[in-house]
Amino acid sequence: MHNRGYYGEFGGAFLPEILAATFDELEAAFEAAKADPDFRPAYLRLMENYSGRPTPLTFAENLTRHFGGARIYIKREDLNHTGAHKANNVMGQGLLVKRMGKRRVIAETGAGQHGVATATMAARFGFECTIYMGEVDVQRQRPNVFWMERLGATVVSVRDGTRILKDAINEAFRDWVSNMDTTHYVLGTACGPHPFPEMVTYFQSIIGHEARQQIMAQHGAMPKRVYACVGGGSNAMGLFSGFLEDSVELVGVEAGGHGLTSGRHASRLKSRDASVGVAQGYKTYFLQNNDGQMQETHSISAGLDYVGVSPILSHFRDSGRARFEAATDDEVVAAVELSMRKEGLIPALESAHAFAQAFKEAPHMKPDEAIIINQSGRGDKDIFTVADAFNDPKWREFIIGKAEKYKKR
Amino acid sequence: MLETYIRKKLEEKKILLMTHIVIGYPSMEASYEIIKAMVSAGVDLMELQIPFSEPIADGPVILKANQESLAHGTQVRQCLDLAARAAKDFHIPFLIMTYYNILFKFGVTAFAQAMAQRELRGAIVPDLPHEEGAEYLQAMKQNQLAPIFIYAPTTGEARMREIAGHAQGFIYCVARKGVTGQQTDFSKPLEGYLARCRQATSLPLALGFGVKDRADIDYLTGKVEIAVIGTQTIKVVEEKGVAAVGEFIEGLRG
Repeated sequence: MHNRGYYGEFGGAFLPEILAATFDELEAAFEAAKADPDFRPAYLRLMENYSGRPTPLTFAENLTRHFGGARIYIKREDLNHTGAHKANNVMGQGLLVKRMGKRRVIAETGAGQHGVATATMAARFGFECTIYMGEVDVQRQRPNVFWMERLGATVVSVRDGTRILKDAINEAFRDWVSNMDTTHYVLGTACGPHPFPEMVTYFQSIIGHEARQQIMAQHGAMPKRVYACVGGGSNAMGLFSGFLEDSVELVGVEAGGHGLTSGRHASRLKSRDASVGVAQGYKTYFLQNNDGQMQETHSISAGLDYVGVSPILSHFRDSGRARFEAATDDEVVAAVELSMRKEGLIPALESAHAFAQAFKEAPHMKPDEAIIINQSGRGDKDIFTVADAFNDPKWREFIIGKAEKYKKR
Repeated sequence: MLETYIRKKLEEKKILLMTHIVIGYPSMEASYEIIKAMVSAGVDLMELQIPFSEPIADGPVILKANQESLAHGTQVRQCLDLAARAAKDFHIPFLIMTYYNILFKFGVTAFAQAMAQRELRGAIVPDLPHEEGAEYLQAMKQNQLAPIFIYAPTTGEARMREIAGHAQGFIYCVARKGVTGQQTDFSKPLEGYLARCRQATSLPLALGFGVKDRADIDYLTGKVEIAVIGTQTIKVVEEKGVAAVGEFIEGLRG
């Protein structure tokens, strides 16, 4: 194990000794894959034939007219197989698992998108699969749990700690320290110990590379700004990767929850509630108290409800390479509604954070300027949460009726 | 020096016992009583764990103890004060066990000074490999504290020697893969691993993870200098109460 994977002061590999050899092996496999001229083309072919890439860049004509400012383009990661950008990372790591000769994969999941993507990859490649998911998330994302189990994965409901994403990550690590000989941990975001932040970014950068070509073809110039929601940061790193060398403003949007002064949010980079710490194997900004104990976070979207954030994004924050904002739960629901009505697009609640921030800024921009919003996932998985937020009476009636029928059986 | 103490103790005893508690579990006062009972039952060293919200290397029993301690408001300074009280009242070496973020947020150098002021002897920080520990190693050295490092069955020989170059006091050998508190098979393969550990360092060896009863201690006698009982003492307290701790410890050694 070498002292690598630092982005400014963030990152590193703070690992229990039992995992040191496993990380050496993983890093070597990743370096060998990158150096193999056949690896990236094989990955791109897989994503083309299995996941429907490249995903389109959609010009949102009606939203553009509605706001009367910048031209709004939307990168359609919702059209990936399994409905989110998570597939990009998971299929790539699946290829690495094959190279390493392992036969079991484990993963954590918050919203369930990464869990479904991992279960899908495991089915396709013939791996055994166990998914760790916080009990709170199991309750709010039942449809995804259903699909993971149908795809052949074992879903473990994690009842420790705050029972959300970070607790699922801890539990996945506990599995890994017992089973690393046969098992690879498919970490779902650009966080965790080195080489995960770099590796997940490597696979997700497919988003930004496509988007850059597409905006040049459609708009004939670089976008002024690009927007992505930030939970762990993988879809943001994916989109940003296409524009790092350009004079494009990168905007990451965090979960503002009930507001940044409410104490009920998941904003690590915009709010003043976070500080630098070391947990889950890496150094970054965490929502923690003065003793270093991690705090409870809140978001309407399970996928953004996380105490830490990619060390690469923490570095971008401090170096000024990216700007970070937060959108509240209410703003997010309004953004979903507007996107549906104006464009027929249903962004996931996570992705809708990026929409909400872009909608605040677009009206103040010039009509010849373009922006890209990353629609990292599709929102139909959120039907229960969104229906509650809209307080839809017919949906309520339907659920009550359905429950009555189940009771009679 | 911690190593000197260990060598001296080994003149009287064939194997030393180190026990582990989570500070503030089940309560601060109970923690003190447990320490007292353990010391009078003949424990030779103790690791006092400052609870952390993300104890990634710990199994269900110690994880729960961490969470419950934090749930009733345990703070880092209270933990250090309890450790100071123990070190003042009882004359065995006390070590702090905790995760790196606790030191990092306190200030690594300040934390080492705080340990030294309270007459603690060293620390075990399971998520801090030596590669990330330059500041920690320097602070521990300046304050004459022993940084205890860990060997695992997956640690290669070159890396074992590298770790030995940074460690003081003793090496904590993790008996197997997995987290604390699971079953360990005390048999031949373990001996091969311990032989590799012995080759790589001249420091005393402690063995932990899954050590639970007299039979395990008998097996380890003559093979390592220190046996570490972690999860099992927490279970004893949970099942039989603080008063049962002394008898349990006394029954471990012949």
